[in-house]
Amino acid sequence: MTDTVIKLDHLEKTFGDHKVLCGVDLEVKKGEIISVIGSSGSGKSTMLRCINLLEEPTGGKVYYKGTSVTELNLSSYRASVGMVFQQFNLFNNMTALENCVRPQIKVLKRTREEAEKVAREFIERVGMSAYVNARPSQLSGGQKQRIAIARALSMNPEVILFDEPTSALDPEMVGEVLDVIKGLAGMGLTMIVVTHEMAFAKEVSDRVVFMDGGVVLEEGTPDELFGNPKMQRTKEFLARFLGSAE
Amino acid sequence: MNFFVQVWEIVVKYYPFLLKGIGVTMLIALVGTVVGLIIGLLTGIVRTIPLSKNGALKILQKVINAVIAVYIEIFRGTPMMVQAMVIYWGYAFMNGGSTLPLIPAGIFIVSINTGAYMAEIVRGGIISIDKGQFEGAYSVGMTHVQTMFNVIIPQVMKNILPSVSNEFVINIKDTSVLNVIGIAELYYMAGMIKTMTFQTFQAYTVVCVLYFIMTFTVTRILRVIEKKLSGSENYVVCGSQSDPKAEIRVKGGDSV
Repeated sequence: MTDTVIKLDHLEKTFGDHKVLCGVDLEVKKGEIISVIGSSGSGKSTMLRCINLLEEPTGGKVYYKGTSVTELNLSSYRASVGMVFQQFNLFNNMTALENCVRPQIKVLKRTREEAEKVAREFIERVGMSAYVNARPSQLSGGQKQRIAIARALSMNPEVILFDEPTSALDPEMVGEVLDVIKGLAGMGLTMIVVTHEMAFAKEVSDRVVFMDGGVVLEEGTPDELFGNPKMQRTKEFLARFLGSAE
Repeated sequence: MNFFVQVWEIVVKYYPFLLKGIGVTMLIALVGTVVGLIIGLLTGIVRTIPLSKNGALKILQKVINAVIAVYIEIFRGTPMMVQAMVIYWGYAFMNGGSTLPLIPAGIFIVSINTGAYMAEIVRGGIISIDKGQFEGAYSVGMTHVQTMFNVIIPQVMKNILPSVSNEFVINIKDTSVLNVIGIAELYYMAGMIKTMTFQTFQAYTVVCVLYFIMTFTVTRILRVIEKKLSGSENYVVCGSQSDPKAEIRVKGGDSV
């Protein structure tokens, strides 16, 4: 049990009288890379946002290393569960470097020198060293997303949640961001990636989760899920998705 | 022309009064605007704190928000001249006739009046910031106050600066109402000169021109500051392939 990092126990989320999550059960082990796929409105992003409490679940529980997250210190829990957004959400009033430095100083109480050293290391890792002085408005979407990944990494998180990291990008920039995420696979990080990039999901993930109608309908290794889906809905979704992609 | 000679004589003869009046006007307007902005920022931060789940805290938050709302409505809904009289003489009434020192009283009145307007300006500024900026900050573990001071307020300040400048210019003009409690600002000085020379038109013409010079100058200065604050369009790319120490200046606008 100790190597379970995130556990969702019958997670529910209702907006007004619209039930988005209808009891999601999921267990994520340390170092696992999980892709979450499914149609728009199936609750993928909401589930991700419930994990780091950007949305407050209306039912069920989220456990982090066996403890219910409502009992944890919100600030330090969020620091250990990073998030990369579809819209990047870099701080517009800071340079690329400062985006990665300031959170470390404020939340992890690191010194500026220490924080800069960490930040520069990760900015280098995402191939953005040349742009440390640029402001977000001066960067392309792909570059912004790489800095956003560096910002998440700078907090030395245990888990990183990716919320459709390439959906807002021009097609020619999708590759550079996916390459960075693939590059993280060897770091031992636990990653949950909500994505529409089926090729990426197939190649990188240890496990693929198919969500539909606010529940996890089917999960398995990429080979199982893509090669031999059991549920009719999964088959339909994949047929539609892969059919339109090819 | 006799008129211009008389105007000139007023300037030459009474310039110490006029300068003193300008000084008091600018002091009250400037300090009042800055304190008003601080009030606006604080109320803005307090009013945007997400409601607590704890029952008692939630009630406290609601009470504080209601008090702020009442404050804003009252001070925006009544003339500053009346506020000045009520506060100044209200204090005297409650303290057996002893009055507040004049200039601090003037600064106090302008500050809380401006604060009510600033509160709305700041709230509008905070609302206009993309929700993603808050979520980005929360996702790395920042608290509401850390998010406000590090991420939101710097962006709000940049956005609301034109409105704040506007408030400052309004305050330079509106301090003239403080003559009702006897503060010796510029308008009050015009009245004094009038009673000494019996040249009403001439005296107020001088003051009119002086007010215009003050607001015009301040507007230009603030516009330069706004431009400075909107930031450099350039940034430096560190290192080229041939020379890692090279610095390349890039002129970049708002690319998406």
